[in-house]
Formats: sequence, C-alpha cells, structure tokens
Amino acid sequence: MSETTHDGGVALSAAPPSDERLTAAQLAAKYGLSVSGARPPLPEYVRRLWGRRHFILAFSQAKLTAQYSQAKLGQLWQVATPLLNAAVYYFIFGVILRASRGMSHDVYIPFLVTGVFVFTFTQSSVMAGVRAISGNLGLVRALHFPRASLPISFALQQLQQLLFSMIVLFAVAIGFGSYPGPSWLLIVPVLVLQFLFNTGLALVVARMGAQTPDLAQLMPFVLRTWMYASGVMFSIHHMLAGRPEWLQRALQVNPAAVYMDLMRFALIDGYGSENLPPHVWAIALGWAVVAFAGGFVYFWKAEERYGRG
Amino acid sequence: MAEPTQTQQPHGDRPEERIPTVICDDLHIVYRVNGARTGRGSATAALSRILRRGSDERGVRRVHAVRGVSFVAYRGEAIGLIGSNGSGKSTLLRAIAGLLPAEKGRVYTDGQPSLLGVNAALMNDLTGERNVILGGLAMGMSREEIKERYQEIVDFSGINEKGDFISLPMRTYSSGMAARLRFSIAAAKNHDVLMIDEALATGDRKFQKRSEDRIRELRKEAGTVFLVSHNNKSIRDTCNRVLWLERGELRMDGPTDEVLKEYEKFTGK
Repeated sequence: MSETTHDGGVALSAAPPSDERLTAAQLAAKYGLSVSGARPPLPEYVRRLWGRRHFILAFSQAKLTAQYSQAKLGQLWQVATPLLNAAVYYFIFGVILRASRGMSHDVYIPFLVTGVFVFTFTQSSVMAGVRAISGNLGLVRALHFPRASLPISFALQQLQQLLFSMIVLFAVAIGFGSYPGPSWLLIVPVLVLQFLFNTGLALVVARMGAQTPDLAQLMPFVLRTWMYASGVMFSIHHMLAGRPEWLQRALQVNPAAVYMDLMRFALIDGYGSENLPPHVWAIALGWAVVAFAGGFVYFWKAEERYGRG
Repeated sequence: MAEPTQTQQPHGDRPEERIPTVICDDLHIVYRVNGARTGRGSATAALSRILRRGSDERGVRRVHAVRGVSFVAYRGEAIGLIGSNGSGKSTLLRAIAGLLPAEKGRVYTDGQPSLLGVNAALMNDLTGERNVILGGLAMGMSREEIKERYQEIVDFSGINEKGDFISLPMRTYSSGMAARLRFSIAAAKNHDVLMIDEALATGDRKFQKRSEDRIRELRKEAGTVFLVSHNNKSIRDTCNRVLWLERGELRMDGPTDEVLKEYEKFTGK
C-alpha cells in the first residue's frame, strides 16, 4: 500500500504528457478495462435486462401500491377507480346521449366500457413511457441497470392496473347479459399482444421523451386524437356503413382499434366477427411484434445517452 | 500553486502490483439545463423564464462541470476527492460510474463501479420492509441475496430499536431514521470499485460510528475506493491519494498529506 502511495503521486495540474494520453486506450486494453457506461451489444443487453426481471416487477408493483397508499380506502381504489369511470361513461353515453349508434343497449354499454379500459391501457402506458426516463433522472444517475427496465416496468404497472379494471369489466359484461364462455379465453392472447405493443410504444416515447421532455405536454393531445379516431365510443363498422370499403379497413387496422375490437369480440355475445377486419389476428400479432422489436432496438441504440440533462 | 514534485511512471517495473482499475482520459462533462423544462414550477416562474429567454440560447444552458480530467487509479488505492462546492466532484464520480455520458474523453474501468447510494429507487409511500427489497433489487442483488441479508440490513439501520417501524411507510420516518435505512440498504452490497459521496454524515453519533466501520469493511473488499468529502479528517483517515478539483479541472493529484497541505493553504486564505 505504501509503495502505491509514493508511486501514485501524479502531476496532472499541467497538461498530461502526450505519450501518456496515447497510452490510455492501450493501457486499458492491456489490463482488460472496458469503457464505463458503454452500450452493451444487443444479446448482452437482453441478458442483463432478464437479470433485472425481479427489479422490473417489484418496481412496477411498488409504483402501483404507492399510488393509493395515502387514501383511506387504500388499495380498494384499484377497483373503485375503473368502476367509477365506467359509471360516468354509462351515465353520459348510455343515459343522457343514448348514443348506442346501431347497437342494442345490452351490447353498447359493455362495448363502451371495454373500449375505454382497453384504450386507457395503451394511453397510460404511453404517458408513463414519456416520463419513464425524464421523470426518473435521479434513479438513472444513481444506479446501474439496463434503462429499458424503466419503460417496461411502467408498461407492466399499467397491465396490472388493467387486470383490476378487468374485474369491473367482467361484472359489466355479465350485468348486460354476456356470460362467460369459451370465447373469453381469447382475452389472454389479446392482453399479451396489446401489452407487447404498449411496451414497444413506451420504449419509443421514452427515448424521445428523454431527449425532449416537452413531449410530455404534447402527448395528451396526440393520444386524445388517436382515441377519437379509434372508435372507443362508436363502432367503426356501423359509423362508416356506406362509405368506401378502404376507409373502413384503414381505420380498423389501427392497432388501438384492433385490440379493442378483439377484446369486445371475446367478451360480448352480441358483438360478432362482422365487426372485425379480415386477418385481424395476423394484424394484432404484426403490430405487437413490430412495435416491440422496433421499440426495443430504438431504445437500446441510445442506451449510453440516458441521464444526460 | 505548488507543483507536486513526483512524476508518474505508469508502466513501472512491477506491473503485477500496479493494476489500473480506473483510467480517466481527458474527460469532459457538460450538463444541458433546459430552462424551459415543462411541467415543473409555477406559472409565474415559467412566464419569467420566457421573458428572460433572450439571454439564453433557446432556453438551454450548458454547464461545463468537468473539464479535461485525466488520471489512473490502481487497485488497492483509496482516493479522496476534494474541492469547494460545485467543483465537479460528484459529477466526476457519476461519470466514472458510467452514469453520466461524457461529452469528450473516456473512462475505462475494471468491472462495474458503483456509487454508494440508493435513495432514488426508494419510495416514501412504501413500507421500510418493501423499500429494503426494492432498493436491493435496484442495486442488482438477487431475491435470495436480499432475503439472506434482510435481517442484517434492518438490524444495522436500528429502525426497529424503538418499535416495529419497518412495517410503516417511509414517509412516517424522521429524517434521521430514513437516512439510516437508506445507508443500510446501500451498504449491504459489496463492490469492485466503490464510490462514496459524503455518505458518512448521516444519523446520530452512534450510527455514524457504525457506518464508518462498515465503510472500512467495504473498502477492504473493494478494489479501489473513491471518497468525496469536505471533512479533511475523514479523508486523512481513509485515503492514501487525493485528487483536488477546482472549477472542474484537476488542480492537484498526489499523496494525501501533500495535497491536503496545499488545499488547506488555499482554503485558509
């Protein structure tokens, strides 16, 4: 130790000698040192991310719990919030506006509630994704972990939130005469695909939001526009009856509409396959794979730059 | 400013004894501060920012926090970082840890340097118990490791000495209790290259002593230790080499006594 002390006296207050600067990289190579904070190759990145799966899950659950921890009713709000949401939509569209648009009352209410919940899943995943990095700079600057953990964790939090909403959704569906049947099993693949799609989207906006935090202000408007174009409150099929076929198809392949319609098809007895575009499962799978793979690679490419601010 | 007398021989004749663990090569760190960062602050503050905007370039200010720092740290060294407030010490640590991207230059490290700190991962609305688990996972410990060390962490923090506080949300803790729990979680893991940012000054006298002992233990297990502190005594006690930063530049680098003597002369003025 004392040897080191004496040899370690380095005069660097003046510019370091140029030959020493040249050897920095060589010195590093000689002793097998690696560049700190460098982006690992994609397979290694995936491996590290997998190693953090417990953190990702714990972080999402912690966020979910922390949400209502100050409330008197506590975690009851996880179910009460979507229930109240459904009640408000029922009151406005079902009672005041009577806007069932070509559907019977028993179909329209579950149709509406499904649409709201499923779209909210995508919407809140995107909103959480935008702030995943820019809102957690403290964490990014203090600890080491693959940064993709954050947007994935937030998407996972929204998935768990949706699972609570599903309880309400089942109650609504049963209340309006759609009883559990084999088609309800389709809910699982729909949720998996939509979760993949949402995660991909969250990864994309997380990178964009890390560079431009202003995106968080802009996103609600983009999302609201998307919501009205996706047929949350109306059926695209009924609304565009008589319009050109391609226009209807174009609106129906919109990923938000695809996942909503698949969920409705699975849940609601009176909502048949005539409301679905052709090859709907292939489209749902395509969106999920493209968004997830593309979003993941896009996010990974900037891995070493997160935390600058 | 006095020039240190010794010059470095990086490739000595005993390479097996001088294994570099951190090489910092002409490192520059620049913060970009978005004056117009949205969603925070009051409306009047935002308004005055817009009005003052003419002076900044589009609301973005560049803060050059570290300017061209180069040094090589070797295994077994305990390096103190000193300098006045805002001289770039913490920024340098974060850059070494790979947490802040470099504007220019490079940092090479052996293994993964870790900052002793876990504050950012903890959530005030969760119980102490869940925070221990969350913090451990955030530092990269496995669930089994945490389970193994859980009791040790809680006992070390002394949170439960006055009743069952670990099952209460962290927001109910006093600031001292919260600081103790944070330190206990952070210090539960062993590191290759360990960096400590003024972590010693938390808790009451009894806890301070306990944490100093723990830091000494961690130092023995770690290859290289960096310590940021304004307390010259704790630097003298723990470090054998000191880097003195001033305005983001490396002003002096050498054995502890030499550099501290100059530093005390400088600050005494």
